[in-house]
Amino acid sequence: MVEQVRKLLEKRVESAAELENLRQSILGKRDTSRICISVCGGTACRASGAEAVVEAFLDEIERRELQVQVEMKETGCHGFCERGPLVVIEPRKIFYQQVKPEDIPEIIAETVLGGKVVERLLYVDPVSSQRITYEPDVPFYKRQTRTIFGANGTIDPTNIEDYIAVGGYSALSKALTGMKPQEIIDEVKKSGLRGRGGGGFPTGKKWQSCREAEADIKYVICNADEGDPGAYQDRSLLEGNPHSVLEGMVIGAYAIGSHRGYIYVRNEYPLAVRHARIAIEQAMDYGLLGENILGSGFDFNVTINKGGGAFVCGESSALMASLEGKIGEPKAKYVHMSEKGLWDNPSLLNNVKTWANVPLVINKGADWYSKIGTSGSKGTMIFSLVGNINNTGLVEVPMGITLREMIFDIGGGIPNGKKFKAVQTGGPSGGCIPEQFLDTPVDFDELTKLGSMMGSGGMIVMDEDTCMVDVAKYFIEFLKGESCGKCTPCREGINRMSEILSNITQGKGKPEDLEALEDLAAVLNAGALCALGQTAANPVMSTLKYFRDEYIAHIEQKKCPAGVCRDLIQYSIDPEKCQGCLRCLRACPTGAITGEKREAHTLNQGLCIKCGACYDVCKFDAVIRQ
Amino acid sequence: MELTLDFPRVKAIVESYTEKVDSLIDSYAGNKEQLISLLQDIQAEFNYLPQDVLVKISQKLDIPLSQVFSVATFFRAFTLKPRGRHLVTVCLGTACHVKGGRRLVEKIERDYGIKPGETTKDMRFTLEAVNCLGCCALGPVVVVDGKYESKMNPDKLDRVLRGYK
Repeated sequence: MVEQVRKLLEKRVESAAELENLRQSILGKRDTSRICISVCGGTACRASGAEAVVEAFLDEIERRELQVQVEMKETGCHGFCERGPLVVIEPRKIFYQQVKPEDIPEIIAETVLGGKVVERLLYVDPVSSQRITYEPDVPFYKRQTRTIFGANGTIDPTNIEDYIAVGGYSALSKALTGMKPQEIIDEVKKSGLRGRGGGGFPTGKKWQSCREAEADIKYVICNADEGDPGAYQDRSLLEGNPHSVLEGMVIGAYAIGSHRGYIYVRNEYPLAVRHARIAIEQAMDYGLLGENILGSGFDFNVTINKGGGAFVCGESSALMASLEGKIGEPKAKYVHMSEKGLWDNPSLLNNVKTWANVPLVINKGADWYSKIGTSGSKGTMIFSLVGNINNTGLVEVPMGITLREMIFDIGGGIPNGKKFKAVQTGGPSGGCIPEQFLDTPVDFDELTKLGSMMGSGGMIVMDEDTCMVDVAKYFIEFLKGESCGKCTPCREGINRMSEILSNITQGKGKPEDLEALEDLAAVLNAGALCALGQTAANPVMSTLKYFRDEYIAHIEQKKCPAGVCRDLIQYSIDPEKCQGCLRCLRACPTGAITGEKREAHTLNQGLCIKCGACYDVCKFDAVIRQ
Repeated sequence: MELTLDFPRVKAIVESYTEKVDSLIDSYAGNKEQLISLLQDIQAEFNYLPQDVLVKISQKLDIPLSQVFSVATFFRAFTLKPRGRHLVTVCLGTACHVKGGRRLVEKIERDYGIKPGETTKDMRFTLEAVNCLGCCALGPVVVVDGKYESKMNPDKLDRVLRGYK
């Protein structure tokens, strides 16, 4: 016991100078020329088998007795999730993708010991068809500006020393020892940082009002209840670099005078919960969290709360209700949460990405920070570029980059030779942006002008096979399930919209339905209690605005041009193309397809449930969907 | 068949259950604010929220039963019905939706006769639909008992599910 206590005390860093000494001693112990194999351990790469790859590396290293020469590291998400499991061999940064356990002996023999590259594991750029050897040269990464997300690929998130080695907690030590709370807030204000959770509220302004609110107890909250479908950057950041979020929170707490913090994280993100928990424990051990942080006399503790799986809890007042152990219903915000929030005390709530930006602002200064981005939106933003796109993954870019650059230069365009149709941003509060606006610079204000919004940074690319009425219906169905039911416009309005959209997709739509949708949208916007309800109609309104002809085709011609809405399409078999291979016949769940081997099959419309199984399995394009 | 009850065994089961429930509730030391975390622990232990446990929480933590029920039924993560041996979660986030996630749910509905939130009669599978697991690059995604299955299609899903008895 005494031994344990002494060991703990030894770890504690008591001043800014001691932190710097610790950093130097960590760096001194590290040999930068030593080979380090880093395997991405994000949720997506794990789902693709990264853990087995790590095991295989460890076995092979042990078998060949290479423990001294070679270091193994399981890092956070690198971002290029589509190509996982990802392996990077440092210091040369040789980039291998879609690595399997059976590739490991070859990687060790060829690359680690022989210094040669295993060609077949390299990434081939779909645009230029060239093999790319080094990670920074991959087009997906090359055009990014990774100020927040950069360390994810190089540090082990479960080892605080990795974070300290790359300069971690230096912003905290600068803030605690060299800056007054008001100076910190002024710096954040000057940087132009805006909330990364969706609304884009000026961060410094929020901090200021929380600082000025008079109360004995104040709270600091990290919103990691990333509920927008199609967005997962908060998860990756909390998983891959939890200390950067913690560091931001401690700085914020010091600035407003809070001693108690919460991280509210989705229950669906078990790895993020685990890494945040480890990070908190380690930061406590090192005296970077808890009592008397860095010997400054400032105390701050953080607790993790797991969400219950309700989308509405991403809204600040609903989140706080949930933290209080109540159901997650929002409150009318006559008074800001920064003045009267959790248990009616002033509460400073920011998104994961906002917190992770704070150390950067403090370290590099507001002048440096505000040079990145556009006049109204500063810094970088992390987007999740997903859907029908070649290079799927997380992308960090300066504000102001165009949608075209994002989708075609970084994302590599649309797969299978299909045409781009729309990009959906901002989750269920956002909208669908069509092709004619691809050259729009991406920032808070420009996206809002287009009837969409920045939101949490989800960017879902849709190709020509996507039905925009179906997309609108998808979001309304989502919101119907997630509406907390407290206010009438949201509860009833969304239900009515859902009925109308269902009718339209079933061929029962009437011309006056479009006007009714617009009326309901106006009521929602004006009358809903929280921002989620006020913006709930955006997906419908934006598709109505830009893809009205598609709605009309559903209503008047009873046709779904994209071939998605089940009641408006029909499957049939082209006897010319059908080779009689029996594949569709076996795949059909209802026995609607009949025929003999090597003879054209026929499809009985009466039995067909339009599941599309035949369409999927046919190798000869003989199944027609129209 | 004559039914005989092994009373000592039944008693032991009841006691260990009661003990488990008590220790979980007591671990929150009467802290009412931690209700959601407590319910999460209970669900992790028993796979669902048994009604008698909710009553006990209400009594021990002095929270009105109506409030315990409102929380237990508000959040999607909680279920008041016992779950099957295997939990199948189909992601219906936007990225998975545009890549055909809905058809995976329909496949399970057809093959096993259960809708999201329901359990097969033989308690083999419980089907849940979730609005984004954050693995958008790998969509459509299905998670079976915590194991992620990526880039699924109805055919692949069928093969995966056959492996769970």
